[in-house]
Amino acid sequence: MYEGVVQDLIDELGRLPGVGPKGAQRIAFHLLAADPADVRRLAQVLIEVKEKVRFCRTCFNVAEAEECRICQDPRRDPSVLCVVEESKDVVAIEKTREFRGRYHVLGGAINPIEGIGPDDLRIRELMTRLADGTVTELILATDPNLEGEATATYLARLVKPMGLRVTRLASGLPVGGDLEYADEVTLGRAFEGRRLLDV
Amino acid sequence: MAHTVGVSLYRDEGVVLRTQKLGEADRIVTLLTRDHGRVRAVAKGVRRTRSRFGSRLEPFTHVDVQLYVGRSLDVVTQVETLAPYGAALAADYPRYTAGTAMLETAERLTVEEREPAVQQYLLLVGGLRALAGGEHDPGLVLDAYLLRSLSVAGYAPSFGACARCGAPGPHRAFAVPEGGAVCPDCRPPGSASLAPEATALLAALLTGDWAVADAAEPRYRREAQGIVAAYVQWHLERGLRSLRLVDRTTPEGGQTVRATGDA
Ligand SMILES: [Zn+2]
Repeated sequence: MYEGVVQDLIDELGRLPGVGPKGAQRIAFHLLAADPADVRRLAQVLIEVKEKVRFCRTCFNVAEAEECRICQDPRRDPSVLCVVEESKDVVAIEKTREFRGRYHVLGGAINPIEGIGPDDLRIRELMTRLADGTVTELILATDPNLEGEATATYLARLVKPMGLRVTRLASGLPVGGDLEYADEVTLGRAFEGRRLLDV
Repeated sequence: MAHTVGVSLYRDEGVVLRTQKLGEADRIVTLLTRDHGRVRAVAKGVRRTRSRFGSRLEPFTHVDVQLYVGRSLDVVTQVETLAPYGAALAADYPRYTAGTAMLETAERLTVEEREPAVQQYLLLVGGLRALAGGEHDPGLVLDAYLLRSLSVAGYAPSFGACARCGAPGPHRAFAVPEGGAVCPDCRPPGSASLAPEATALLAALLTGDWAVADAAEPRYRREAQGIVAAYVQWHLERGLRSLRLVDRTTPEGGQTVRATGDA
C-alpha cells in the first residue's frame, strides 16, 4: 500500500480492463515520472472523450449526438439488424460497403470467467428493439471466437420464439491463406458453410 | 544457433483454461498440463487471422503443445489439437456456462504454477469430454466435477457418516463449514436440510455413479446443486465468478414439468 493519492491512482488504474495490480503500479509510476505536460494532455483527452462522445441511444454505437449517423440515416434498411460486440466492428463492417441495414452494439461478449453475463451486455435493449416487429432478419456478427460463438448461441435461443430469420456470418478460411495452415475448427466451419459454385 | 544455448523446450498435453490479450496480436494462454501443472505461456501472433495457431489456443481446447521456458512466461512454439471441445460447448449455452465454471475451478484449485496436478488435469479432461458428449445433464456434470476436484484438492465432503463425530449416516443435515453431513447431536445452527434423495445424488456424483445421478429428479438436482455451490464458495476464497452465470435450463423444460407433477 502506498500513501494517499498514489494508491488512489493505482486503484483507479487497476479497475481498467486488462490492467492487473502489477500493471496498475507500473503505469502509476510511469505517470509519476512522466513530463507534466504529457500527463496533462492525457487527463484532458480523458475528460473530453467523456464529455463529447456518448453511445447512440438506439444502437449503442459511439456517437457525437443522441443518435449515431447510421441510425439517423433514413436510407438504411430498418428490417435487417446486425448485432456486433463493439463499435469497432461497426467500422469494420461499414468498410465492406456490403451491408445496408442497421446495427446493435452489445458492448462485449458473454464471458463467465471474467464475470460478464447476459445482463452486463445490451441484450435487454436489443429485445426491446425487436419487440415492435420492424426487424425481420437478425444477423449475429459477434466475433468468431469462443465467447462470440457462445453469445450468438445465447441470442439465437433467446429470440427463437419471435420467429425472426436469424443468420450468423459465415466463417471459414481466411482469404489469401493456405488450406494446410487452417486449424480443425476453422476448416470444419468452412465445410459447413460451403456454397454452390454456379458456373 | 549460438544464442539458443540454454533454451529449454518441453512438450506436454494440456487444456486451455483462459486467454488474455497481450499487446497488439499476442495472447497469454493459461494451460492446465498433464505433467507441468498450470502454465502461463505467450502465444505470439495468435490474434492475427492467418496465425498458424488458429482456434487451437481457445479455452476448452485439449492440445498437444510444445513450449520453451521463458523468463517469466513460457512461449508456445507448436500446437496440435487433441480435441476441440470449445466448438461443441459454444453451440449449447448450458454446456458452455457449465464448462466455464469448470475451467475457473481448475485454475483456482491449481494454486502454484508449474506444480504438477495430474489428478486435476485428468478430472478436467474427463469433465469436458462428458460435457461435450452430451450424455448427461450439463449441471450434473459440473456438480460431479466440482465435488471431485475439491476432493482432490483436499476438501472431500462426507455424505455418509457425520462429518464431526463419525456417527453412521445417512443424516438429513448438511453443514458446509463442517465438511459434510452432520448427525442431529452435532448439527450446528444454520445447517441445511437435505432430502435423503439429494444426499444420495451428491454421493453418486462424488463417486461417479451415473445410473443413480441421471435418474435423480429435478427437485433433488436443485437441492444438490445448492449444496455444491455453497461448498465451492466456502472453500474457494472470493468464490467462483462464473458459478452464478451457469445456465441450468433443462432442454425444452421437460424435466421441470415432471418435477412439479411429482410435488
Ligand atoms: Zn445508432
